[in-house]
Amino acid sequence: MDLIVFYLFATLAVIAALGVVALRNPVHAALCLAVVFISLAALYVLLSAPFVAAAQVMIYAGAILILFVFVIMLLSPGVDQGAGALKWQRPLAAVFGLALAVELILVLASAVLPAARGQYTPERLAQIGDVQAIGALLFTDFLLPFEITSLLLLVAMVGVIVLAKKRVRS
Amino acid sequence: MIPLNFYLILAAALFCIGLFGALARRNAIGILIGIELMLNAVNINLVAFWRYIKPAGATMDLAGQIFALFVITLAAAEAAIGLALVIAIYRSRDTVNVEDVNLMKW
Amino acid sequence: MDLLNNLFVNLYDWLAGALHALAAGLNLVKDAENAIVAAVMSLVVIVVLLLWLVLMVLVLIWLERKNAARIQDRVGPNRVGPFGLLQPVADTIKMFIKEDIVPTNADRLVHTLAPIVVAAPAVLAFAVIPWGKGMFPVDLNIGVLWVVAVGSIGTIGIFMAGYGSNNKYSLLGGMRAVAQMVSYEVPQVLTIVAIVLMTGSLSLNKIVDAQSGWGGMQWYIFAFPVGPIAFIVYYLSALAEVNRTPFDIPEGESEIVAGHHTEYSGMKWGLFYVGEYFNFFLVCTIAVTLFFGGWQGPLLPPYVWFLIKVYALILLGMWIRMTWPRFRVDQLMGFAWKTLVPIALVNIILAALATPILKAIGLI
Repeated sequence: MDLIVFYLFATLAVIAALGVVALRNPVHAALCLAVVFISLAALYVLLSAPFVAAAQVMIYAGAILILFVFVIMLLSPGVDQGAGALKWQRPLAAVFGLALAVELILVLASAVLPAARGQYTPERLAQIGDVQAIGALLFTDFLLPFEITSLLLLVAMVGVIVLAKKRVRS
Repeated sequence: MIPLNFYLILAAALFCIGLFGALARRNAIGILIGIELMLNAVNINLVAFWRYIKPAGATMDLAGQIFALFVITLAAAEAAIGLALVIAIYRSRDTVNVEDVNLMKW
Repeated sequence: MDLLNNLFVNLYDWLAGALHALAAGLNLVKDAENAIVAAVMSLVVIVVLLLWLVLMVLVLIWLERKNAARIQDRVGPNRVGPFGLLQPVADTIKMFIKEDIVPTNADRLVHTLAPIVVAAPAVLAFAVIPWGKGMFPVDLNIGVLWVVAVGSIGTIGIFMAGYGSNNKYSLLGGMRAVAQMVSYEVPQVLTIVAIVLMTGSLSLNKIVDAQSGWGGMQWYIFAFPVGPIAFIVYYLSALAEVNRTPFDIPEGESEIVAGHHTEYSGMKWGLFYVGEYFNFFLVCTIAVTLFFGGWQGPLLPPYVWFLIKVYALILLGMWIRMTWPRFRVDQLMGFAWKTLVPIALVNIILAALATPILKAIGLI
């Protein structure tokens, strides 16, 4: 049963990802990206991490994707026209991508991963609630990264407003 | 139970596709979309590692999920900044094609 | 009385028991039997929920038209059935047999998928609502987040409709709708955070349970000052989120024809229409669950109480729709970011400060 769900969403994710890089129309690419995001969220649920799944849908599909389509509509870059000045760009990119794929497969085939399990098993998380566990850890062990992230978000916000704001000619 | 490797292979595939997308596109938005794909691939790995194994030497459990959340947050910031830059470039140079933005070439 | 209170829970148990008895006749392994019964029961719940939602939408459409008529000093639908009650049914039949038009040069696939992407998430979100005591399709421990997350998918559908129709009014309406929905989602989620802070849980069931004491005085709407502020901000942003007047600039008839669904006809337009009412019903059920104690109430069965409260909020929304003029685009965005978001942020701080005090005096 799990396996069927995994195959379903994994195939969906890979096909949609191929669509993202292959489709010429940027809006179609962005919509394929939405499919990738949502199928990955389903996989997170399968991995018993519902909070990450909810965050994935909320932030990726609800915010980041909307941002992308908004900018696409705003700038309307139009359909990607075949090869430009760099004729070898696409083939070379494919070579790099494939090289990385081979590399990763070799690593995966050779690696032996340790099988010890941590303290927070899915069963235990179901008991204490994974949002509570994540929240507690964020404010204790991960406090510094958490605060840095909040600072970074603030900086990003200010930066975006400065960058995207129309300059008023004085 | 699904073997861990299945998730890793899926993540690897998505990462490679994302890399290809980021390298092959000349449209700045397309490049950013490729980067988002790669970040997502990393997230699968993080959550899968949390679910299946305890990374050697890590004292903190649940790090996989929390790192995934951090990655999601940073991806949001990255997309916002990246797209704001694209808009700013479009304003001044009237293009989103990265080939045409080569003023800082040596 | 007890029988009536637990009517649906008992029905469910009885049906599950009967199915078990039936499956036992097949001499299966215990696991297989359980799996089959669980699958059939979830199917039953899904079907019942869908039928129920469709019924609710029909009622809502009738209610909206009658109400609008009453407020505008008209009679409203009164030809089909008593009090025009069958008018929505007639409209549905009309919609089904209408021609389905796809504009030339439209993005065919995107155009066709859009209504589904708009309507489906709205239905999904109902899966976590506690409709009565023990009456919830699933009890997710991230219930509130599920509603918010699923709701944000609908935004993509509206964008798809705007883009896929190849019509400038559609595109304008779609962009307006997306900007508005993304903006108003922020205060909406922030008010929910205040409630979650007071409850300490994201599960809608736990939120309802936390409001059970003191004969209704523990409803979060009475948790002064956090609750009332949160409710007002939530309700306003929820009305904006579902694009109802006075926040209906995405489909302002006098400005951009019909916004994102200008080019839609037949059942595809019907799906948009139904999706809109699904969403309106959804935000009212969520508001009742978060602020008005869900299904809690004396004497009447819980599910009846739930519906009474939901319909009170729905009537309030209809009243607002009929009495107020439309915002301007810039006013609308300004209202979200300059008024609602700061209030909601301050409210979160207030909630953090007030929760121990309110807990000490027993108000929550």
